[in-house]
Amino acid sequence: MNSIFSYYLYGIAAILLIISYLKNKNKTLLGLKKALKMFLNVLPQFIAILFLLGLLLAAIPSSVIKNVLGENSGISGILASAALGSITIIPVIIAFPIASELLQSGAGIVQIAVFISTLTTVGFATMPLEIKYLGKKTTYLRNLFALIFSFITAYVTGWALR
Amino acid sequence: MKIFKKNIFLIIVLCLNLAALVLFPQTGIKSFEFTVKNFMNFLFMLTPVFICIGLMDVWIDRKAMIKLMGENSKSKGVLISFALGVVTAVPLYALLPIAGMLLKKGSKISNVLIFICSSASIRIPLLLFEVSYMGWKFTMIRFIVNFFIVFAIAIIIDKTLNEKDKKEIYDNAYKL
Repeated sequence: MNSIFSYYLYGIAAILLIISYLKNKNKTLLGLKKALKMFLNVLPQFIAILFLLGLLLAAIPSSVIKNVLGENSGISGILASAALGSITIIPVIIAFPIASELLQSGAGIVQIAVFISTLTTVGFATMPLEIKYLGKKTTYLRNLFALIFSFITAYVTGWALR
Repeated sequence: MKIFKKNIFLIIVLCLNLAALVLFPQTGIKSFEFTVKNFMNFLFMLTPVFICIGLMDVWIDRKAMIKLMGENSKSKGVLISFALGVVTAVPLYALLPIAGMLLKKGSKISNVLIFICSSASIRIPLLLFEVSYMGWKFTMIRFIVNFFIVFAIAIIIDKTLNEKDKKEIYDNAYKL
């Protein structure tokens, strides 16, 4: 499922690569070399994220996600959903079908909305990588505000779909 | 010592994984399996992203970029950043290298924040997908609320950062 959108990216990259190569072969090779260098530069952070993600996925099976989002209600359920969304990295392509299924089986709309918002905008596991690009202050502020505003989006969504 | 300090996060996470392997072998083995599987997904996702930023690095002229998204780009810069963000449907971790490249080429920090925030919460290529699962109402309300939030976050952070913080971010972007 996720691959459809990756193919779209591959399409763009391939077109740009061909245009670039036709215009200037050396410049293209230099660009690819730079890309590889930039990638290797952040590789340790990526590997760390992958290990953390592996640990989280192994420790938090999908049944736990379903339980937290589906059964807890009230403030504690909303906070648990926000925490879950902030620490896990699940592609939205996988998250939307789960969310929709949970809604149909009676989960609260605010929980689901806060989960989706935090999942996409708050990245606990990716913070070290974000710090590398944006610095500590910006990273902490961005994640903090993204978390606070996720609650606002969720409450507005819940209120409007009452 | 420097290598140790530089990769402190990786070392901590590796220790956690090893601890899990010793204390809870089942979880530990599963964790390593997930890590290998996800590594393939990450590579698959990141390859085109890094090809694009490599090409951006050699082809995009700093002066042109400053004109489009730099300090004096005003509303045009805001609009371009927002548009660029909402069409880029990649996870946060793939978004950050692109943001780093935009900074390196001299984009204004608030514009880069608009790019990151808009791309994280509003993804046009994924809207129809969201509609098909969550319905029109859910998707539209989120879209509208997020629209305002993107700018709120970018403006608040931009106002909070002082000159020193901003200089640090740009210096850092050059090193990447």
